[in-house]
Amino acid sequence: MAYAKGIEQVRVLIAQHKRWDRIFGVCGLLALMVGVLTFAALFVDMAIDGIPRLSVDFFFNFPSRRPAQAGILSAWVGSCLVMLVTAFFAVPLGVAAGLYLEEYAPRNWITDLIEINITNLAGVPSIVYGLLALGLFVYQFGLGQSILAAGLTLALLILPIVIVATRESIRAIPQGIREGAYALGGTQWQVCRDHIIPYSSAGILTGIIIGMARAIGETAPLITIGALTFIAFLPGAPLKAEPPFVSLDWVMSPFTAMPIQMFNWTSRPEAAFHQNAAAAGFVLVLMTLAMNGLAIWLRYRLRKNIKW
Amino acid sequence: MSAVPGDFSAAPPSGAMSARLAYRRSRIWREKLIELALFLAALVSVFTTVGIVYVLVKESVVFFSHVPLADFLGDTQWTPLFDDAHFGIVVLLSGTLTSSAVALAIAIPLGTIIAMYLSEFAPFSVREVAKPFLELLGGVPTIVYGYFALLFVTPILQWFYPELPGFNLLSAGIVMGIMIIPYVASISEDAMRAVPMNLREGSYAMGATRFQTAVKVVVPAAFSGIASAYILGISRAVGETMILAVAAGLQPNLTFNPLEPAATITAYIVQVALGDLPHGSVGYQTIFAAGLTLLLFTLACNIAGHMLRKSFREAY
Repeated sequence: MAYAKGIEQVRVLIAQHKRWDRIFGVCGLLALMVGVLTFAALFVDMAIDGIPRLSVDFFFNFPSRRPAQAGILSAWVGSCLVMLVTAFFAVPLGVAAGLYLEEYAPRNWITDLIEINITNLAGVPSIVYGLLALGLFVYQFGLGQSILAAGLTLALLILPIVIVATRESIRAIPQGIREGAYALGGTQWQVCRDHIIPYSSAGILTGIIIGMARAIGETAPLITIGALTFIAFLPGAPLKAEPPFVSLDWVMSPFTAMPIQMFNWTSRPEAAFHQNAAAAGFVLVLMTLAMNGLAIWLRYRLRKNIKW
Repeated sequence: MSAVPGDFSAAPPSGAMSARLAYRRSRIWREKLIELALFLAALVSVFTTVGIVYVLVKESVVFFSHVPLADFLGDTQWTPLFDDAHFGIVVLLSGTLTSSAVALAIAIPLGTIIAMYLSEFAPFSVREVAKPFLELLGGVPTIVYGYFALLFVTPILQWFYPELPGFNLLSAGIVMGIMIIPYVASISEDAMRAVPMNLREGSYAMGATRFQTAVKVVVPAAFSGIASAYILGISRAVGETMILAVAAGLQPNLTFNPLEPAATITAYIVQVALGDLPHGSVGYQTIFAAGLTLLLFTLACNIAGHMLRKSFREAY
């Protein structure tokens, strides 16, 4: 009898403990839901306020004192040009640095120093990059509040992201591929150029897209270097009718960008400007979502298709 | 040397040999050049750090020659742009710490629960959907979160507590916390997933439930990784700018009450950058002194995280 009672007690104990399992399972789902619902609320809120303002005019008007006529032409053109400069610097530098650290770097204190640096830089707040750019690019190098200064700043900001992505996808390439190429007499650079870089390119691309998505939404460093909030002109065209056909005047032009335009409209008291901010924010969120989504999809396909 | 097998130096006519040697030599030179170029690219990160420290220290040194360090740390007023200028960084620090505390009070519990759930409880399909979704959440620009805090969360909070001012640390902190959740969750989850399976199997074999295994075996084993996730969260919160600049106001205010508006270090830098202070004025230098404070704080966080990871790492 006492035996059966003991079993009963154990069963009760087990049931109690299993209840905790279920409770925690629900808690976990609820915690996830907080994230999901916040995101849904943010997206729907912006869509409701912003979509009525989205029209062709909104994309092709300059900012204005009258909220109904204000548009984001200079903002999105500025953002695109800054991204162009950012990619121009961040992609080659990041890929080269990642390649060096994975394939070339000897194990010594210089390599350790570089690696510690990259980890630390990933944790530096973006506004500190803004201060770096203000002190160094804007005043020391005399670049002024230009697209070039902004692009360089954001390039430095996303460099750790590109480097880490490059290293991870290079590390995934099996050693046998390198050995095969060396066995055929390839030099180190030939192995990198013909095998390592092509095979890791999809992973690198994923990292670049994530980095660019981060850069396009960055506001603080651009404000710090003194990007203007009211720009009613476009930078000089990069292509010209007469030789030499390309012009680099635009890199030194003052600029505004999507997040700065949105900040400007958000910080005004009138509700009509808040609608413009919502519309600009909606466009911005769609842009970053599309870029991040593309990166996630690329990574998913990569994991599915490549089996070494 | 001549006895080495495979030594062809005697075999081809001398012209062909020197051409081959020249080719090999040029190849070696090219290899060296390329390696040097790649090395320089890797050094850019070191130059960036040096540049940051150089700029911040250079301007701060000028600043501290005008303002004694004791005033900077001890004064309880922050009015650098007034005639009667006071430079008490404590005022901005209070805003930063209060908003970070609110953010962490949200991000750490939720992030940990999500990480435990995804790593130990969730079915494969939930995890496959949730992880990319969290990543998307982390990719939303912070200015958008700022808009959301000011024009969506604050009105909701005012509905519960009507006296809440339009700018306040609470709503900015809450939204900041939600922004940080993905970072905390994904790093903690990676740490928990790295715990070897046989530890869990041992725990299950002793009759422990999933919850008991998660709390008493997996979390302690992954503690170093989870702690460094928290520290990353702290340094994110301290360095966050736009949410606070938009939703917490730009008024310096020595307070630890999240229901009040207050400027943070980062918000102050934005405020100064938005105006047009002349290059070289004391007001211009304050933002570098403020930035140096910020950098030292996040650096301390990073080092603490690194040490935690090293000293608490369980080797399996």
